[in-house]
Amino acid sequence: MWQWLKQFYHRMGSPKTFYYLSGKMLPVCTGLSLLGLLVGMVWGLAFAPADYQQGNSFRIIYIHVPAAGLAMLIYASMAVSGVVWLVWKMKMADIVTQCCAPVGAVFTAIALLTGGIWGKPTWGTYWVWDARLTSMLILLFLYIGVIALGQSIPNLVARGKAMALLSIVGAVNLPIIKYSVEWWNTLHQPATFTMTEKPAMPSEMWLPLLVMMLSCYLFAAVLVMTSARSEVLFRERNKQWVQEEVSNVL
Amino acid sequence: MYFESFAEFIQMGKHGHYVWSAYGISIGLVIGLVLQLRARRRQVLTMIRQQIRRDAPPPTDG
Repeated sequence: MWQWLKQFYHRMGSPKTFYYLSGKMLPVCTGLSLLGLLVGMVWGLAFAPADYQQGNSFRIIYIHVPAAGLAMLIYASMAVSGVVWLVWKMKMADIVTQCCAPVGAVFTAIALLTGGIWGKPTWGTYWVWDARLTSMLILLFLYIGVIALGQSIPNLVARGKAMALLSIVGAVNLPIIKYSVEWWNTLHQPATFTMTEKPAMPSEMWLPLLVMMLSCYLFAAVLVMTSARSEVLFRERNKQWVQEEVSNVL
Repeated sequence: MYFESFAEFIQMGKHGHYVWSAYGISIGLVIGLVLQLRARRRQVLTMIRQQIRRDAPPPTDG
């Protein structure tokens, strides 16, 4: 298994192999994630019971929690691929960092907006400057920073270095977001899912949440892959395989 | 089905506008991102096609 993973990782490091393999994986992943999103949303909106304190507003959890999880996971991926690019100069790692940023920014914005909308009926306010919310806002600014660097530096190597460095340095914000609900007094409730304990809600509530999380994660992977495929074609535009590939999809 | 009727489902107690606006905004943002990614793919494909045409040897007369 380990050998297979290692081999897979090294093969995906080549832009050409990545392009062909991702092309094969995309239709299946897209179909599965869209189906999962549909099932999860209908389940969460129409079939899950209402919360005895929050009523129906708690149904926002089915987008808020997956989006917030993705916001952090995608940033962590950017930091990891930033390290891989700086240390091993793997071309695909740089492309992944660049293509993750807009996807992560959108999910961070979704987490912030749905959180605000959920906060109004629950806390009585859309926004408070508390630790969890403020650190999430900083995460959005970090994403915007990486996107801006990606668009403002024309030189590929300099751009890659700048994006990788900001991704890595910005990653110190991730544990702050994660533990903000424990370190400081905050309006925000603690994590819904933890590795060690059973969820504090009944299964009719957390099963649709699990479906939504898995589908959103897969869908985000589809988005990053799609974006990375365009970027591979763009960067390798002078290679023969790209020109043959593009002539074939005419 | 948790709700008694479709109208109740839309109303969601008194939280209808919160729930639906949260879902609406999120789906809207994701669709915007998908459209942007699709436009970028088309842009890159068009650019490479033009490049292929430019690099192709000129047609010979006769």
